[in-house]
Amino acid sequence: MADKRMTEDEAIATLSDGMTIGIGGWGSRRKPMSLVRALLRSPLTDLTIVSYGGPDVGLLCAAGKVKRLVYGFVSLDSIALEPHFRLARQNGTIPEVVEYDEGMLQWGLYAASLRLPFLPTRAGLGSDVVKNSPFLRTVSSPYADGEELLAVPALTLDAAFVHLNRADERGNAQFLGPDLYFDDLFLNAAAPGRRFMSVEKVVPTAELLENGTFHTMKINRSMVDGVIEAPNGAHFTNCQPDYERDEAFQKEYANAAKDPETWQAFVDTYLSGSEADYQKAVASR
Amino acid sequence: MSDITLGEICVAAVADTFRGDGEIFASGMGTIPMLGARLARATFEPDLLVSDGEAFFVANNLAVGGTDKQIEGWVPFRSVFDTLWGGRRHVVMGASQIDAHGNQNIANIGSWDRPKSQLLGVRGAPGNTINHTTSYFIGNQTNRVFVEKVDTVSGIGYDRAAELGDWVKAHHEIRRVVTNLGVFDFNTPDHRMRVASVHPGVNLSDITEACSFELVIGDDVPTTRMPTDEELAMLREVLDPKSFRDRELPA
Repeated sequence: MADKRMTEDEAIATLSDGMTIGIGGWGSRRKPMSLVRALLRSPLTDLTIVSYGGPDVGLLCAAGKVKRLVYGFVSLDSIALEPHFRLARQNGTIPEVVEYDEGMLQWGLYAASLRLPFLPTRAGLGSDVVKNSPFLRTVSSPYADGEELLAVPALTLDAAFVHLNRADERGNAQFLGPDLYFDDLFLNAAAPGRRFMSVEKVVPTAELLENGTFHTMKINRSMVDGVIEAPNGAHFTNCQPDYERDEAFQKEYANAAKDPETWQAFVDTYLSGSEADYQKAVASR
Repeated sequence: MSDITLGEICVAAVADTFRGDGEIFASGMGTIPMLGARLARATFEPDLLVSDGEAFFVANNLAVGGTDKQIEGWVPFRSVFDTLWGGRRHVVMGASQIDAHGNQNIANIGSWDRPKSQLLGVRGAPGNTINHTTSYFIGNQTNRVFVEKVDTVSGIGYDRAAELGDWVKAHHEIRRVVTNLGVFDFNTPDHRMRVASVHPGVNLSDITEACSFELVIGDDVPTTRMPTDEELAMLREVLDPKSFRDRELPA
């Protein structure tokens, strides 16, 4: 049986410039931030990022890593607007932007996970989503109704990052919070080989059911290639019930983003070293 | 009861948008919309489902920010999407801009290609408006919010829905827009926005000045109703004892 444990940097080393990376979580909730921080440390560039966006998107935009951004929204939840994402959009520094309805994003991931070229929906029709993404096409129902529907193209990923609460070393995992979000779809939309899952804690398989009911075991090992043990790895986003969002730190992050100098100081303090350095800097505040 | 606040009038007006909705998910984005849904369920529309704003339907009259939840169902985001695509939902969203046909924008101000101000993105607005009843709450109505043309159509209005075929026409409904000045609906022959009522103490001219398009104004525009004593007691003692309701409104 394969032991899939690895480090963030080992996961990032399998990626190349120009790849499409899907990032799980939702807004500023249970984001695989230690993997995002490893991506920030890497020389990788020209990435396509697919996300229900939070600080993952903000940080990658601020670092100039994003060539194409696909999102339904970008928000820090308790702070409605993501400052780096705003700046990047307002300064025109993201070359290609695909703004979807939240449900369209789910549909694109789901289509990819089912190996379908598209899935039909009404969501998006009539809105400026269609105008702003002119590659989108409609499809007519072949049945008597003949209705014209939006064909959301499969969002096939080269790599996926998600963060869960517990997993065994083979990649069977569970979420213990209120919502899986769309993490299973992100994993299933990605090519086998680069489906990376960080977790708060790696436990023996038998221990999984001690933490929660079988209903929490939505991720099985066929969906995962790499398991990264990353305690506090979702910081500063939340990872319920292990921890809540670090609101004070999120405020510090958002305030620092307002000015290039304060942002550089933030980067120097928190983002210039390893994940261990980051966690140490966070703990010593 | 005395000293009724603007926040309380707005909550009751939002609650009224759910009247007759029955056993569906009454969803509110922001404090006043959420309170409106909870107040409607606690008083005249008991079959509504209301959520804790996270992932659960709650059976009890949960206070804003309260944690004492009696959970009656689990609705993670995926279930919310299923529920809304299935049409069993009425949402009250915010709007950074809205036009006479009910087209709403929460995505950005200025051109979409290079926004002057990037906001949230379209979020769920396109899917919400095409699948089920949508209303809006706007805490600070100005002529830059009530605009001739929104910069990015996020939620679709009646003119856009009319171009989309019979199914959409049958299911699309922008029921009402509640603001700090009044209540608006689209109950006109061509579904252009109409002044449904003016809040107590507000003049019609205040409303027309805070609007960049021509509103339909009837001969006899009523005043927005005051919350009842029962509603005020529920709001003040149970649903919002810490008075979050007035914080979304201009001082």
